[in-house]
Amino acid sequence: MSGAASVQVLDFACGVFLLAGVGALWRRALSAVIGLLAVQGAALAVVAAALGADEHHPELYAVAAGVGVLRAGVLPGLARRALAASGEDRESEPLVNVASSLLVAAALVLLAYAVAQPLARLEGSQGSRALPVGLASVLIGLFMLVARRKALSQVAGFLLLDNGITAVAFLAAAGVPLLVEIGVSFDLLLVVLVLRVLTVRMQSAFGTTDLDDLRELHD
Amino acid sequence: MNTLLLLAPIVVPAAASGAYLVLGWRRSTAHLGTASAALIFVVGVMLAVRTVRDGGFDALSGWLSGDPLAGFLLMVIGAVAVVACAASRGYLAGERADGHGDGPGERRYAVLVQAFLAAMACAVVAGNLGLIWVAIEATTTVTAFLVGHKRSRAAVEAAWKYVVICSVGIALALLGIVILYAAARHAGLSEASALDFDALAGHARRLDPAATRMAIALIVLGFGAKAGLAPLHSWLPDAHSQAPAPVSALMSGVLLSVSFSVILRTKQVADAALGAGFVRALLLIAALATLTVAALLLIGQRDFKRMLAYSSMEHMGLMALGAAAGTPLALSAVLLHIAGHGLGKAVAFCSSGQILHAEHTSRIEDVTGLAARAPVLAGTFGAAVLVLLGFPPFSLFASEVGIARAGFAAGLGWPTAAAFALMLVAFAAIGAHTLRMLAGPDPLHGSAPGSGAALRAQAPLISALLVVAVIGVAAWPLAHLLSAAAPVSIPWSTR
Repeated sequence: MSGAASVQVLDFACGVFLLAGVGALWRRALSAVIGLLAVQGAALAVVAAALGADEHHPELYAVAAGVGVLRAGVLPGLARRALAASGEDRESEPLVNVASSLLVAAALVLLAYAVAQPLARLEGSQGSRALPVGLASVLIGLFMLVARRKALSQVAGFLLLDNGITAVAFLAAAGVPLLVEIGVSFDLLLVVLVLRVLTVRMQSAFGTTDLDDLRELHD
Repeated sequence: MNTLLLLAPIVVPAAASGAYLVLGWRRSTAHLGTASAALIFVVGVMLAVRTVRDGGFDALSGWLSGDPLAGFLLMVIGAVAVVACAASRGYLAGERADGHGDGPGERRYAVLVQAFLAAMACAVVAGNLGLIWVAIEATTTVTAFLVGHKRSRAAVEAAWKYVVICSVGIALALLGIVILYAAARHAGLSEASALDFDALAGHARRLDPAATRMAIALIVLGFGAKAGLAPLHSWLPDAHSQAPAPVSALMSGVLLSVSFSVILRTKQVADAALGAGFVRALLLIAALATLTVAALLLIGQRDFKRMLAYSSMEHMGLMALGAAAGTPLALSAVLLHIAGHGLGKAVAFCSSGQILHAEHTSRIEDVTGLAARAPVLAGTFGAAVLVLLGFPPFSLFASEVGIARAGFAAGLGWPTAAAFALMLVAFAAIGAHTLRMLAGPDPLHGSAPGSGAALRAQAPLISALLVVAVIGVAAWPLAHLLSAAAPVSIPWSTR
């Protein structure tokens, strides 16, 4: 891949990454949200591969393959199976409605661009220009975690957050050391597995996965 | 030999975890966990002696690193784990007697507790910030099913909140680590050394200040979540009150401090890069917010396990204050506080579990006159609370005085005064609640069935209390180690 082509691929993948994040906030059907997460994971893998081509880092191709398998395949697959087990597909009544959520998303993207200024100045590489995209996904994930009420929506928010952090790692520094990346991915997989088991237990203990019904513990 | 010292505290509990997976929990394997905990303590002592004498060292090309602080923390982990593992026998037997326990549940409990110890030891001896993060996050996933061990509605709710809040908090720390890594690479550090605390502190002046400030704030916030510091503390009372008592002892006694020690190490890098003011301000805000939350919620507390959980937040807030002061005296006092609080809280939680089994309630108002019904148990619990309240001769008295003195000496007079005023509120609340449990009229008149807790079950708890008293009276075994282990920042102006 020539330099110019890889930059175009990188920009395109970052665009898809951002759109998938915003789209996850737009859709209320959880199966659609999970689909968008898979798209975002795939875009992340392309980002890694394009950076590998741009900076002549062959080992980034292997990382890209791993990221693609985990974030576009395994994690959305786990979420989808949990969804099938719970039998509830729609986010009941989000605390913030869809139209306002999209406005919030726009504000968060602007915020991400403002916050990323010191980081974008850090390095003149191709990636760092697109860095706000990763931070935007982090912020959108956080917003989803506090504004949605279904257990699986929180899992999706957490995955958005984590995709965003990985994107920042790639765009700012071409990824963290390989061993750390493997450890982080393994932990992420464990968290999603744990949350999946807990969702099943929640369903059998409370009869629902609505987080508003968790009211046993208070002072 | 050096590599072995750093690998043993990870490999031994991991192997014990595997052994429990194969053999299950039974009479013959019950002591295995205690033995592995004792070995962590012994390795901690050896590491401390060696590094105080010869200085720190790296192993496995920098992925693991030993220094006096790591040795000290391993000693605390080992000591608290010995108490918790010894108490696990009684806990599981009690569960079985109540009809809750079964073979698979006990096996899972034993496997996860040992895996938890391995992950904590890994976080302590890791030499790379990325690996530390991986280990700390692993403690969250490993303990999730321990928090949810009872499978009741409350336990499921606590486990969910615990995993979500801690994972999100620690994810923010990962973002901070990623940004710090980018800044370090930009400053010319190699891939291998860009997440190494020593290398980062050594090249701190070359780090981009704006990016570093952002990174450090995220790291303090994220590891603060795991250390029970406000604002991401709300998982703590739920998780600590629902987990089995020995697990609460480990989580409260050492996991909080292990996460906090990451903040202490990060502070060295931040102080070198940004001056002492930045992290000091963050820590002061976190300390006072945490103390306020803890003190206010302790006043009307009705559940004695939640009371102990909020007491942990109170002590973490105090440690944050000591870290903000940042002088050698303050940091030595913080380390002494970690040891004293770890052991005291372990005893308090383990005996609170025994009270729960004997009385079948965790409400303070339902447990009155315990001293008349079960004098030994009441004595252990009462003494542990005295430890936590900071009474002499126990070591928390010495460390609290040290932190107060250091706070005033460092020019933090007002925050220190405010913090100790809040401590006083917490002191009064905990004292009154405990008095109500131990004294007061005995509704049952005489000993309740099963509450005559055998002295043998109390032996590990009582010895732990004695240890806290000894290190409070005579700091001789520790004084030298504490001053060597204190992660003091090199003054900014002299660089």
